[in-house]
Amino acid sequence: MSLKPAPEETPGLRRRFVISSLIVAGIFCVLALRLWYLQVLGVDHYRDLSERNRIRYVAIQAPRGAIFDRHGTLLVDNRPAFTVSALRQEVDDRSQLFHNLAELLEVDQEQLEQRWLAGQGLPRYRPLTLVEDVGRQSMEKVQENSLNLPGILVEVKPFRAYPFGDMGAHLFGYLGEVTEEELAQAEFDGYRSGEMVGKTALERMFEDTLRGISGQKRIEVNVRGRELRQVTTQNPLPGQNLYLTIDASLQQAAEKALAGKAGAVVALDVNNGEVLAMVSRPTFDPAWFARGISSEEWRELIDNPQHPMTNKALRGQYPPGSTFKMAVALAALEAGTATPSTKVQCDGSIKLGSFEYRCWKKEGHGSVDLHKAIKESCDVWFYRVGLDVGIDRIASAAKRLGLGQGTGFPFGGESAGMIPTREWKKKRFGTGWYDGETAISAIGQGFVLTTPLQLANMAATLANGGTVWRPQIVQKIVDLEGNSEELLRPEKLMETAWPAAALNAVRAGMESVVNDVGGTAWRSRLKTVRFAGKTGTAQVVRRKDDDEKAPKDDEIPYQYRDHALFVSYAPVDKPQIAVAVVVEHGGHGSSAAAPVAKAMYEAYFGVPTEDKVIEQTDTPGD
Amino acid sequence: MFDRRLVTHFDWTYLLLILLIAGIGIANLFSATSSWTTAVPPVYLKQFYWLGLGLMIIVVICLFDYRHLEYFSFPLYGANLLLLVVVLAVGRTSMGATRWISLGAVNVQPSEIMKIVIIVVLARYFSDKAHLRGFSLRELVVPGLILGVPALLIMKQPDLGTAMLVLCIGSTMALYAGVQRSAVIFLGLSGLVAVCGGWFLLHDYQRQRILTFLNPERDPLGAGYHIIQSKIAVGSGGLSGLGFMKGTQSQLSFLPERHTDFAFSVFAEEWGLTGCLLLLALYCLIVLWGLHIALRSNDRFGMYLALGVSAMLFWHIVVNLGMVIGLLPVVGVPLPLFSYGGTSMVTTMTGIGLLMNVSMRRFMF
Repeated sequence: MSLKPAPEETPGLRRRFVISSLIVAGIFCVLALRLWYLQVLGVDHYRDLSERNRIRYVAIQAPRGAIFDRHGTLLVDNRPAFTVSALRQEVDDRSQLFHNLAELLEVDQEQLEQRWLAGQGLPRYRPLTLVEDVGRQSMEKVQENSLNLPGILVEVKPFRAYPFGDMGAHLFGYLGEVTEEELAQAEFDGYRSGEMVGKTALERMFEDTLRGISGQKRIEVNVRGRELRQVTTQNPLPGQNLYLTIDASLQQAAEKALAGKAGAVVALDVNNGEVLAMVSRPTFDPAWFARGISSEEWRELIDNPQHPMTNKALRGQYPPGSTFKMAVALAALEAGTATPSTKVQCDGSIKLGSFEYRCWKKEGHGSVDLHKAIKESCDVWFYRVGLDVGIDRIASAAKRLGLGQGTGFPFGGESAGMIPTREWKKKRFGTGWYDGETAISAIGQGFVLTTPLQLANMAATLANGGTVWRPQIVQKIVDLEGNSEELLRPEKLMETAWPAAALNAVRAGMESVVNDVGGTAWRSRLKTVRFAGKTGTAQVVRRKDDDEKAPKDDEIPYQYRDHALFVSYAPVDKPQIAVAVVVEHGGHGSSAAAPVAKAMYEAYFGVPTEDKVIEQTDTPGD
Repeated sequence: MFDRRLVTHFDWTYLLLILLIAGIGIANLFSATSSWTTAVPPVYLKQFYWLGLGLMIIVVICLFDYRHLEYFSFPLYGANLLLLVVVLAVGRTSMGATRWISLGAVNVQPSEIMKIVIIVVLARYFSDKAHLRGFSLRELVVPGLILGVPALLIMKQPDLGTAMLVLCIGSTMALYAGVQRSAVIFLGLSGLVAVCGGWFLLHDYQRQRILTFLNPERDPLGAGYHIIQSKIAVGSGGLSGLGFMKGTQSQLSFLPERHTDFAFSVFAEEWGLTGCLLLLALYCLIVLWGLHIALRSNDRFGMYLALGVSAMLFWHIVVNLGMVIGLLPVVGVPLPLFSYGGTSMVTTMTGIGLLMNVSMRRFMF
């Protein structure tokens, strides 16, 4: 054992221990002071930071309001859709994860990668959507394999659902994610990026009504952003429901009758302007937009030469052709330049100066009065009568029938159409008006342009005796408690007291078009419901007058074929409904357009099947 | 040579203090790692096993008279230096640093052993050479080399934290042995120069740590993340804490390394200032008690040994707590008896074993 002196013997050692003990205690006091500073003085500040670490506010989008037809049939609704998302903070090996996920969901791995990169700007704690609307089976597959898919979660989001498929797509419009530009506008206050908003038509116009009020939940998350529990929840207030004036079964019949064709159909209630059906073909599937449209699908819609995204009922402008003849007849009868019994000899054409204006029937109609002129659509009678009454009075009558101006339809960027006058031509071209122009205007060609909605409005006006109603589409808005706000207030745009004799003569002619042998739409007549109508064929390109052998329809290239038109109302004795049909490049109004209206009347009036069988007699007509 | 009197003189109070801190530490680990369902066996249980091993170490060390160590101190020191060289040559690398060598089933960390060996060897040296005038600068060359060589080797691994601790322990012992005022001033000034010069020798991540310590907001998601999250945890504990297992910073994993270096933050969040002051008092007590043992030891070797161990405990506690509450930069120093880890437990318990060995033999000649 060593024999070193004991420490106590070293002088000053005890002092050293006392000092060092004091230093140790002092430093521990510094630590204690710092703890007091953090935990007593700083507690509010640090608790606040701690809250911000763990609490996230997540908006809950309100279920969008549903859309119903006039009878309460559900047209547009929401359904829960399963969305596969990634919590980015929990993803370590992205390529392996995407490989697994792509195999499981049978999607392209590259596509997942693109979604990932596109979502880099989103806050880290918000799940990044990889695949939308995967369906229940795929959802279950993902759930079962969750161990192999770290960071992947399945969310349920409400998607727009369309029980009738693409029916009424142009009326409802579609949804899309709110854009960055929109978010910058005051109108979109309270919207968050990624939220869906109505982009067109009803969805856009009634955005505030349908959207509802978003809720919010406070959730507690861990450091990787995974939701652990909900702290508080403020439930969203669902959007209000829209009830339309549309009749779903009529709309469906119209869509079906026009399937495979390009064109538009409008059906109106003649007594108040309610839109019962409005169809534009070809159409698009709004469900594509509900789940997020791919760029290929968007290309497909935009590049289609038949413009499926355009609502042709509102925006399509067509020469009315012979459907314009009612306006000419009313103008002449009102002015007194012709009477119902005014006779014109039709030899197949008339000559004005060096030009020859031909009737559609080369061999001529012989002696023609008003009734026969409408029934058989004689062009020569209208050339003569039109020239007598003059373009300005024709224009006045046409305008009072609702043509050549906006109808006041609430959305869709309606086209105005065109009803020419002398003054207009002077202003537009700086030249005078020629008689030849009156002649071709009298048969609805030349400068004259109308929209299908205007044509339906004209038919309704003829049927109701002279009132032009503003077309209505939304009947009422109903909230969750069932309180409804009526929106439908029938609104008269114009009222004209046509001479009764004149109106009756024109109506009688239209009745004959459908119901009498030799009428241009005789093949489309119904036994139980008498409807009145007028066919029209609008030339797209002017054919050479000396073209002796008119080619058959199917020999003409599609884009040069004539547009087929039909305007009508029913029933003749107590009119309720007016229908206008335009079939683009459909050929003749009698063969292409009138059957569409017939199908709609069958649906509307519930015509029994045996009545639909009608003998096929070949009737000429335009 | 084993004497019944040893059992009577065994410092039971000190052992109780140690067990109390370790017990609180294990409970704290239970809370800190409760969300880890995959660890088998659970972390707190493993720490319990390590504590058991630590107690066995204390018993084994107490069986032998510490005075035998005097004869082995230089051979031990030589062997440890050799291990430090070996580790630089063939050591296992993990997380950018080479600290371990594998000896069959056990991984050995020579830098950790050096914490104890430097105490032993300096105790031996100072007990021989200390005199009333205090060491002059020239006389400090030899102890300076004894301390500097291993410190440099450890810094080379690189393990700045351990190197600093070894330096701190050695310097404390030297100051105790007595250093002339002129030498203190000279070393202080040259230390300052060395720090400024050393800045350019530091690894980039070490510089980052210091810069981020000075301003954690510089890099809130990167290097500053630890300090920020730890301060949030400590601060939100408040006066009485959020309650056991209820600290959100730790339970929701916002706090990194919460079972090792930042275990105290978990405790501070859940127990508040009240708990912190209690724990602080316990730690203060074991250091002061260690100093008391040193004062009362019956020979100079034992005194320096006890002093060195107290210094080791003190610096570990101060550096760790200082880091956790944002007073010192983030250096990976565990809190003795509190942070999870076998290495730390073995080192600490070896030191405490030596301390108790000195304590129980103070009446023995």
